Amino acid sequence: MRRFRQADWDEPLIFELSRPGRVGFTPPKAEPEVSDAAGDIEELVPQNMLRREPPKLPEVSEIMVLRHYIHLSQMNYGVNSGRFYPLGSCTMKYNPVINEVLASNPGLTELHPEQDESTVQGVLEMMYWLKRWLLEITGMDDGTLQPAAGAHGEFLGCLLIRAYHEDRGEIDERREIIVPDSAHGTNPASAMMAGFKVVEIPSREDGCVDLEALRSVVGEHTAGMMLTNPNTLGIFESDIVEIAEIVHEAGGLMYYDGANLNAILGRCRPGDMGFDIVHLNLHKTFSTPHGGGGPGSGPILVKEFLSDFLPVPTVERGEEGYYLSYDRPKTIGKIHGYYGNINPMLKAYAYILSMGPEGLREAAEVSVLNANYIARKLMKVRGITLPRAPERPRKHEAVLSASEMERETGVRTLNIAKALLDRGLHAPTIYFPLIVPEALMIEPTESEPLEALDAFIEAVREISEIAYSKPEEVLSAPRNTSVTRLDEAKAAHPKTLCLSWRMYKERLRGG
Amino acid sequence: MPHPYIPNSVAEIKEKMMEEMGIKSIDDLYADIPAEVRFERELNVPGPYPEQEVRRRVEALLGRNQRFRCPPFLGGGVWPHYVPAVVDEIVSRAEFLTSYTPYQPEITQGMLQTLFEYQSLICELTGMEVANSSMYDWATALGEAARMAGRLTRRDAILVPYLMSPNRLAVLRAYTEPVGMRVIQVDYDEATGLIDLEDLKEKTNSETAAVYIENPSYLGFVEEEVEAIAEVAHDAGSLFIVGVDPISLGLLRPPGDYGADIVIGEGQPLGNHMNYGGPLLGIFACRGEPKMIRQMPGRIIGMTTTVDGSKRGFVMTLQTREQHIRRERATSNICTNQALCAVAAAVYLSLLGPNGLRELAELITSRAHYAMRRIGELPGVRAPIFSSYHFKEFTVSFEDRTVGEVHRELLSRGIHGGKSLVEEFPELGETALYCVTELHTKEDIDLLVSALEEVLG
Repeated sequence: MRRFRQADWDEPLIFELSRPGRVGFTPPKAEPEVSDAAGDIEELVPQNMLRREPPKLPEVSEIMVLRHYIHLSQMNYGVNSGRFYPLGSCTMKYNPVINEVLASNPGLTELHPEQDESTVQGVLEMMYWLKRWLLEITGMDDGTLQPAAGAHGEFLGCLLIRAYHEDRGEIDERREIIVPDSAHGTNPASAMMAGFKVVEIPSREDGCVDLEALRSVVGEHTAGMMLTNPNTLGIFESDIVEIAEIVHEAGGLMYYDGANLNAILGRCRPGDMGFDIVHLNLHKTFSTPHGGGGPGSGPILVKEFLSDFLPVPTVERGEEGYYLSYDRPKTIGKIHGYYGNINPMLKAYAYILSMGPEGLREAAEVSVLNANYIARKLMKVRGITLPRAPERPRKHEAVLSASEMERETGVRTLNIAKALLDRGLHAPTIYFPLIVPEALMIEPTESEPLEALDAFIEAVREISEIAYSKPEEVLSAPRNTSVTRLDEAKAAHPKTLCLSWRMYKERLRGG
Repeated sequence: MPHPYIPNSVAEIKEKMMEEMGIKSIDDLYADIPAEVRFERELNVPGPYPEQEVRRRVEALLGRNQRFRCPPFLGGGVWPHYVPAVVDEIVSRAEFLTSYTPYQPEITQGMLQTLFEYQSLICELTGMEVANSSMYDWATALGEAARMAGRLTRRDAILVPYLMSPNRLAVLRAYTEPVGMRVIQVDYDEATGLIDLEDLKEKTNSETAAVYIENPSYLGFVEEEVEAIAEVAHDAGSLFIVGVDPISLGLLRPPGDYGADIVIGEGQPLGNHMNYGGPLLGIFACRGEPKMIRQMPGRIIGMTTTVDGSKRGFVMTLQTREQHIRRERATSNICTNQALCAVAAAVYLSLLGPNGLRELAELITSRAHYAMRRIGELPGVRAPIFSSYHFKEFTVSFEDRTVGEVHRELLSRGIHGGKSLVEEFPELGETALYCVTELHTKEDIDLLVSALEEVLG
């Protein structure tokens, strides 16, 4: 096993580095004519609106700020800087460096969203073609790039479902969105945001949709169903055509959560499975970096009959070039101040150029190969099982369980996760989906070499061996990260809750 | 052909793996996809191209965007500002850039501490106790703030200024109307542009969940009667929501100082490039009462210690508000946010500090006033319409020419003028919204003024 030790700079808060008078950046001075024209600023600003006390920001020199944040970056773990990042459902594939170089071009970064269309033909062209390619990849007819993230796309998708039923005069009856119990938490939350009631249906033993359970809940109250395929267990819903038929016959729409699209690129398309609305995560399937939590980008793609309801504007192509069209009389309006997260879009555009049709398909196939390879090897590790239809192939990810190990040694999935961190490997997604106890949701992606897969498998095997011989060693992990186990209960407790420097100082003052 | 991004795309490696797994072909792993939905042809997308060719194509594409002789005089919700080199250096570090949400806190202390610092800096800037670690943008932060006010007050009306940003208004409607909330517009004083207090009082009642103002306003003037507005809201048991341009807070009173319950805003000026309008940074802060914190949307980072108590550390906290735990009972569905933009804002505010921010805000307002005076002196031009103090944006109205004509003539001289308000607020006549920041030097402003002089002839 290769050793690992994460940096620990014991870094103070930026506020604790502050000394009066220090500056990290100096703005230019106003030209004399400019100062004269404005006169005394304190006279210019209405007296009751002038800030009398400066904000208590830290006073730090440039090199100190730089070092502080470089130190902090070194106490973080990225897919491009780490060793292995199998975070299930998050598709932590390589974020190509060339895309970063291209996206930092001032020809993109310095564009204002209200610029005349004739001056932004390049970016409009990019948005137009990116959408066209995404439509081809998903088998859909029209769409928008406006949502800033997957959940934002889900919210928009639910608004479109709403608008569709409203247009047909049925919104008062159609109040329900169906989601399987294995769904991402964002699905029910997005449906709620759009004013729907959520109806949860149980999954079958193999984790797939239970057709009988579905039939028993659909009806005149059904607005739609939200589904990922492959599902959160990594299993393809083979009954998808029938599922779509059941929902459509009841008058509902089918919504595709694109979190798991990576597995099927070029092999099948949501549009061909009967889905009416699709969201994609450019920060998953199309390689754009996740930035420690965002920005992402969550385009929404629809079938022709929903096109009129899309948010405005959309990029269209006319005789004089590309333009922003506001011509959608039934539009739901806007869900973002402008046109969405453009910078990630350019990276996704460049990614598609780099991959081409065969590259996208190869990415899907190798991601599936890698996931199944890991699953088959890990299910042989003592204390680890592959519950729910172990004989069926997985797609891009597999959900294993450590409940046997937990029962036999007291070592839980959480402990395995922390022990993996000690080996320089990021943990899988844990305790999700909720239908698998002690879940380890592993998505290696196509970006990982066989050597990394083997090292991960070896690490789990080693952790298992220790769990069965000296469990306390696993229970005390992690030790090689910047900090050891953190007290999450203390963080959330009303007496010790501390969400800002301001609250921290008050706490110190109060003892 | 092996692909550089796919290490296992070498035929021998794949065969070795399949042999160990006891399968013959990749197709075996897709056997459960029913034949009727299998995609049998090749996707009609371009590529694959090697890196060098991708670069050539994308750079040519971006070359089709036009550059101007000076930064565009555009604002309204995204503004041209200078981004210090240190900011770009930090946000391009792979450890930050290519990490996911910090679900494993022990190995992601760097991002967690940085976001905690971001929250803390936003609190100092806005005068609030608590901030979340980001929303998508100002517009969606407004939508979420209105929903939060609805939950807290169990009321359904949101009062907004008539002269607010139409984009943000559209997003507010999309976020509130599906759950039966109503958006009600409040009139303005025609001389000053400020909220008409009488109209506000008339429209505020026991159904009012919140009163919202933008300060500086969409048209650049600063709302002065803030205490009176706060009083109207609070007397009716409503919340007071204030939307801000954070750069202005170097010079202007923080909303926490005049009774705001929720402060939102656009963090793009804090070290984030314009990027044609995204990614942006939705600021969201509120007062520190537990019942407010429990209703906040979005991720919040909290300080804690290691279990053994020996060291300080940071974790995502109060997650029982969030979708992955609470599902349909969550305060919001937001998951992926704008974390890296928040990192940029943290670095930016740390670099500028209290003095740098004050100097910058003074420079910006000086330049804006210089531009306003010079443009206002031109024949047939009025700048601005309203008599109130303007921070960095202001209206420019033309008596004899249309906004469209002036815009096209400026463009032909390599200058991008302000945004037309003709469609958004036709009652303001041939009026455009101009924005001046530290990026516009005196020389740039003079260039604009002499071009306008020519155009207006």
